[in-house]
Amino acid sequence: MSVNVTKTVEPPPLEFHDLTVAYHKRPVLWGIDLEIPKGQLVGIIGPNGAGKSTLIKAAMGLLQLNSGWVKVFGEPIGKNLKRVGYVPQRESVDWDFPVSVMDVVLMGRYGHLGLMRRPSKKDRNIARDCLEKVKMLPYANRQISNLSGGQQQRVFLARALAQESDIYFMDEPFAGVDAATESAIVTILHELKAKGKTLLVVHHDLPTAKEYFDSLLLLNMRVVAYGPTEEVFKYDLLQSTYGGRLTILSEVAEAVREKS
Amino acid sequence: MNELLPVFEWQQHVIAPWTTGLKSTLWIVLMGFFVATACGLLGNYLILRRMALVGDAISHSVLAGIGVAVVLALQLDTATLFIAALAAGMATTLIIEIIHRYTRVKQDAAIGIAFTSLFALGVILISFKSGKVHIDTECVLYGEVALVPLENFHLSLTPALVGAIDKLPMSEVYLRGNELVMAPDVVRMGFVALAVALLVWVFYKELLVSSFDPALAFSLGINATFVHYALMALLSVVVVSAFESVGAILVVAMLILPGATAHLLSARLPVILALTVLHAALGTLLGFHLATWLNCSIAGAFVVAGMALFLLAWLLSPHDGLLAQWHRRRNLKLEPPEEISSTSSAGN
Ligand SMILES: Nc1ncnc2c1ncn2[C@@H]1O[C@H](COP(=O)(O)OP(=O)(O)O)[C@@H](O)[C@H]1O
Ligand SMILES: [Mg+2]
Repeated sequence: MSVNVTKTVEPPPLEFHDLTVAYHKRPVLWGIDLEIPKGQLVGIIGPNGAGKSTLIKAAMGLLQLNSGWVKVFGEPIGKNLKRVGYVPQRESVDWDFPVSVMDVVLMGRYGHLGLMRRPSKKDRNIARDCLEKVKMLPYANRQISNLSGGQQQRVFLARALAQESDIYFMDEPFAGVDAATESAIVTILHELKAKGKTLLVVHHDLPTAKEYFDSLLLLNMRVVAYGPTEEVFKYDLLQSTYGGRLTILSEVAEAVREKS
Repeated sequence: MNELLPVFEWQQHVIAPWTTGLKSTLWIVLMGFFVATACGLLGNYLILRRMALVGDAISHSVLAGIGVAVVLALQLDTATLFIAALAAGMATTLIIEIIHRYTRVKQDAAIGIAFTSLFALGVILISFKSGKVHIDTECVLYGEVALVPLENFHLSLTPALVGAIDKLPMSEVYLRGNELVMAPDVVRMGFVALAVALLVWVFYKELLVSSFDPALAFSLGINATFVHYALMALLSVVVVSAFESVGAILVVAMLILPGATAHLLSARLPVILALTVLHAALGTLLGFHLATWLNCSIAGAFVVAGMALFLLAWLLSPHDGLLAQWHRRRNLKLEPPEEISSTSSAGN
């Protein structure tokens, strides 16, 4: 019995078991069984209404589950809140809210502050570094309604970075952003991955999906496929994910053809 | 003309209330200020959460709570009223939530259903018993600041305290020999306003993030649902304490006007909260003198003055005020397109 050999193995960052979620008795996710290993950059792909956002919300403990469970680093989410960072869909907040860019990024620090504590100088410095990483520092004092779509998305990304988490959930971070923002986000995703963070990113554009992600989760109420991008990005799998939607199917065909 | 509008006299309508009529002036103005501050601070969060109508709903359904208390023949003292209002407020919030969640009825319609039915229930319950109990529906609906009872709260003070208090402005109103003499309802409203201000200060982060992004709040360990119910509970307490002075209908104006005015003038929440208090103070003072001049309902005058301040802010707001817009149009000053500057700064 040598003690130094038995290195404690950390449980996987994210585990779904038989997860079912329904809205008004209509199932949106059905029997999801997944285990996401550490340091993965996973793209979540599926048509509108496939349950992509719902999967993220369920993982973060925002929804009532009809069955099954989710574990974050082997524990219920409530015990590991600080290890989870979140980039919501951009339209999910009111951009006329009377706060500055800096205020929004500082919200990412709230999880590290106690009750009644205001963000300290250290929190402000962290927030400033995060804004610098997404090239938004010059906008720190702007009111958030004066931002373009791409800038809003970068502010959300900076806020998630400020959370200093180990798993990140990002809901359509590339939706409606300019090319410069898109490449800036990709760079940051890869940096985070290199630091051993686990990232689940909802993505809606098939041609870039196979470029950006190491593994893909094809979702349409059920898990259609999950695995390394080269194994999963196949015509028949994408077809059954997007089943019957002709316009998208031609897009699928094109995307697959491009690859071969 | 003279019959329609009384002649405005500076001495009689502005100076006299603060000299010969100081005692009632001070209590009425303080009451108005406390009501407007408590309502306005909370109202800001209702506005931010697009729940202005919920304030309306709770202010009406509190009547049902009072009705139940009346039917149970409870003493209508402060504690009972507070508990009844809390229960009614919570019931409204729950009913809205349940209708919205379990049916296809949208939130705004759910609010409409919840408060009109609770309000109707209140009207029935109270009319049931109104012969036997002293409760004035008229007063619950419209309120009247002028009817706030004055001075039946006496507190003996130590000589040191008397000396200190004597130096405060207008001490002749509340200091009688070695006794502090206060209007109890005004003192109570003062405590409520102070409590609201303290809670907004202490839970600033939690209120901010759960209003802006409830999902993020959850992921930070802040229970946004709890914050929602706590806000509704506080709203019920504020509404019931504001009742007797401004009534169930005008309290809605008190909830929305100060915050809405402040929102026109600033895009920073701390500044907005400060401007809300300023609006409360100015609106109360202006309203009081308006009522003195026109000899009309003071509560009504508070709201009219608050509305006048809102219009003034709309006219003068630095960014999207009418004057600023007119000025911009005249100078044809175009701002450079946003997207260009962002792409170039991110490209390098
Ligand atoms: N809060 C909700 N109440 C009722 N139905 C919802 C709610 N949120 C999402 N849905 C429904 O659940 C399905 C999946 O939604 P969502 O997870 O947002 O899909 P995606 O993000 O993949 O486009 C959709 O049909 C949507 O209409
Ligand atoms: Mg979605």
